[in-house]
Amino acid sequence: MDLHIAAQQIANGCALGAIYGLIAVGYTMVYGVIRMINFAHGEVYMVSAYMSAIVLSVLTVLGVTSPVLVLLLVLFVTCAITGLFGWVIERVAYRPLRGSTNLAPLISAIGVSLMLQSYVQISQGARDQGVPNLLAGSVQMNIGSGTAQFTYMQLVILLVALSAMAVLTYVIGYTRLGRQCRATQQNRRMASALGVNTDRIISLVFVIGAITAAVGGVLVTLNYGSFNFYMGFVVGVKAFTAAVLGGIGSLPGAIVGGLILGLAEALFAGYVSTDYKDVFAFVALICVLYFKPSGLLGRPEIQKV
Amino acid sequence: MIRIKSVLAGLAMVAASAIHLPAAAQAPIKIAIAGPMTGSNATFGEQLWGGAKAYADQVNEKGGIRGRKIELVKGDDACEPKQAVALANRLVDKDKVDAVVGHFCSSSTIPASVIYADANILSITPASTNPIVTERKLKTVFRSCGRDDQQAVVAGSFLLDKLKVTRIALIHDKDTYGQGLVDALRAALAKRGVQPVLYEGLIRGERDFNSLVTKIKAANADAVYFGGLIPEAGPLIRQMREQGLTAKFVSGDALAQAEIVNAAGGPQFLKDVYYSSAPDPTKKLGNSEVTQALKRANVEPSNYALFAYASVQALVAAMEGTNVGGADAMADWLRKNSVNSAVGKLAWNDKGDVVDFQFDFFAFDSNGRRFEYR
Repeated sequence: MDLHIAAQQIANGCALGAIYGLIAVGYTMVYGVIRMINFAHGEVYMVSAYMSAIVLSVLTVLGVTSPVLVLLLVLFVTCAITGLFGWVIERVAYRPLRGSTNLAPLISAIGVSLMLQSYVQISQGARDQGVPNLLAGSVQMNIGSGTAQFTYMQLVILLVALSAMAVLTYVIGYTRLGRQCRATQQNRRMASALGVNTDRIISLVFVIGAITAAVGGVLVTLNYGSFNFYMGFVVGVKAFTAAVLGGIGSLPGAIVGGLILGLAEALFAGYVSTDYKDVFAFVALICVLYFKPSGLLGRPEIQKV
Repeated sequence: MIRIKSVLAGLAMVAASAIHLPAAAQAPIKIAIAGPMTGSNATFGEQLWGGAKAYADQVNEKGGIRGRKIELVKGDDACEPKQAVALANRLVDKDKVDAVVGHFCSSSTIPASVIYADANILSITPASTNPIVTERKLKTVFRSCGRDDQQAVVAGSFLLDKLKVTRIALIHDKDTYGQGLVDALRAALAKRGVQPVLYEGLIRGERDFNSLVTKIKAANADAVYFGGLIPEAGPLIRQMREQGLTAKFVSGDALAQAEIVNAAGGPQFLKDVYYSSAPDPTKKLGNSEVTQALKRANVEPSNYALFAYASVQALVAAMEGTNVGGADAMADWLRKNSVNSAVGKLAWNDKGDVVDFQFDFFAFDSNGRRFEYR
């Protein structure tokens, strides 16, 4: 097989992996602080895609044309509204269930995700919708007898995913807010006795999670150009897989897991069979979990007695 | 659902009290409209329901079928075979429908139609083109659309004779419709001595097909035939063009929807994209009765809305013709008679397939508008 084809497949895998990683950061962030898998994350991402299209069309009507300005405004407004969504969801669907069994919020999350999906289907219609490409063009690399390419949009996604990981790692590890988050995770009652407003911290974590989903929603929507109410499901499952592969709760793990999953899928699809790429991806996941049950970069859970 | 039922019931009561027709008080005729009302193909379910409702409303305004109103029952299978079977059982046992228009995806229609046939209920699918639907000698199963083996033969000669390509990549979505269509095309090509350069299945619901596109590129294909639906076709087309792959893209009747332009990311990506479909039924509508009925029901005249409309027309004609006889009588009637429908004249052969169903090829202009490609 030609060298440039192999390079292109690696580029495809990195771009796809960056998307998985970007969405996985949200899963892992929420899990890391409150030990809950927010299955509505994929739907929040889907809602943000619709939001970004609405903001885009409003900006077009207002006559804002500079691509960079448009991108920043869309990101800002979408993040703000989606963050509000995250806050409301936590308030309505998860907070009342805190203290009940572990399964209750999980079921509630599935309920939220079905509700959001149906709501968008009814209010926006089931059709595929499109957005124009703001950042057309690509970087071409001459390799062997041909070229391999990275579109600008794919590069932006990779950069944003890495910086989201870096910023959140810093926030959790080195700031006052991060200390409060970790304290809340380790012992909610103790933290609250020491003056940490744990309800507020948990709300905030959901807002941050929703904002990462919004960033993903905006960039991925612009990358693929089309979206529908159902797209949160597959991406949600894949991103969750990436988070588990990398070690759920670990922010660098989300990116590493995403990239590995993306590369595994792209290379298997490219050289063996597209039909079986998911089979391969999940067999790989099982193998990793067999040897490292807490994922590649996850810390094993120690039960203190 | 409940609202529609109660409105219909209310209408029936008003009619009954105002006109004092004893017939209007008769039980309504229940017709199920089954298809993907939720899930990634919900757009098609909306079309089926809209088209069927437009015609049912029209019939009811005119007094119903022999004095009996039509009551539509919405059934959601989400294009999932398992859910389709559960739905079919519910429609038969609980709703006790008199006839069914549906389902949409061949993978749902095939198992569900057996249940209708066993319960002796007539069913017409407005969209399932897989040959198996009518190849099982089920007397009361019909379709108002074409068949994939016909479509594949047409597609084969279009690729080889019209586009003059021989390096063809066959891509399908691993579903009964998509894979069935592509397999039929593979057989049609083999008869002409052409082997595909690539044969691959992608995964429904995904959006990133870049590695598949690179593979098509590596196989040096000069045409791609895709058997599948719009949510996957759109991103596949766009990613082909973004990777600089200029191979022609050909697909089946599932692409006959205006939303393909959005799904592919704009008309600039639709150069050299073709699909086969029934002669565009929305073209010759004009200001006909059909257009008026659709407008009153607030339904866009899309392809599948019209096929659902036509299917209900066929059912109503068969009911009128047999004085609301049973499924057997109606099946016999449909085989002997033809129906002037919203999609043209429909007549059926012994299998339940439409006689002389025609497939044309369509392409897109620079504004994303479809035109017949000759």
